[in-house]
Amino acid sequence: MQIPYTVEARPDTGLYNAKLGIWLFLASEVMLFGALFSSYVLLRTGDPGFMTMSHEVAEAMHLEGHAHSWSDVLSVPLAFVNTLVLIFSSVTIVMSWASLRLKEFGKFKLWMGLTILCAFGFMGIKAIEYSAKFSHHLYPETSNFLGIYFTLTGLHGLHVVGGLIVLVYLWGPGSKMWKSESQRFINRVETVGLYWHFVDLVWIFLFPTLYLL
Amino acid sequence: MSGHSADEIRGEIRRYWIIGLALFLLTIITVTVSYLDVTPGMAVVIALLIACLKAGLVAGVFMHLISEKQAVYALLLLTAIFFGALMILPIGTRASQIPL
Repeated sequence: MQIPYTVEARPDTGLYNAKLGIWLFLASEVMLFGALFSSYVLLRTGDPGFMTMSHEVAEAMHLEGHAHSWSDVLSVPLAFVNTLVLIFSSVTIVMSWASLRLKEFGKFKLWMGLTILCAFGFMGIKAIEYSAKFSHHLYPETSNFLGIYFTLTGLHGLHVVGGLIVLVYLWGPGSKMWKSESQRFINRVETVGLYWHFVDLVWIFLFPTLYLL
Repeated sequence: MSGHSADEIRGEIRRYWIIGLALFLLTIITVTVSYLDVTPGMAVVIALLIACLKAGLVAGVFMHLISEKQAVYALLLLTAIFFGALMILPIGTRASQIPL
């Protein structure tokens, strides 16, 4: 069976089907993360004690002073590095797509490989962050703030892992398509690129709202 | 997008690196501003303005929304309306708690 409009654009939408499909998927993702952001804003603005850390936890964390915010337990330097890693990966993935359009398959492999390394790096740093929380007995049930922190960053992390699986496939066995159906392969890389940029976009909002404010 | 000439694609590549650099700088500015002594309200406004600017650069250039087809714009307009409604929910909830 021939799948229609994998390469050429549909006359009515002007897009190949996978591109329309990924945009529909991303629209649903906006609503998913939007609902969680909305919940976070509601909790943070509605509960005056939402960000206030209990005295016992502050002591256990060896934090000096009187009043502490839950965001004090989050590592800004690690999240800052992770933001730069994700931004760099957005550049490398768009470079891998551009390399294919220039018919430079070797460079595609290089840029896509770097994107994969960035994804592993991001998850590695996230694992360090999470393990630091767990070692201090800070879990989602510890407070509402940590509950929403683990939910938002955990869901985002799952999206990184999901994207990583597709990136590895396109870098490895999936790249065989380049020889048989090059334009279709370029479209696949563009489609996963759109998804990857969205993952970066979500983090752009998560970083300041959770770590800095 | 794929029908572009090699020179046009190389021009796009230069733009990608410039935008990447701008995103790096905006991230540094976001962190720097968070350490400044400003009111909490002002801190939220600055952080969200920079985040929106960064998101605009990613969506506009990396996701090529500056030159997309009408179908994508129509889809995103609908998404933006529902996303806006989601963001208004907390504000509406707060407003309903204010005694008149």
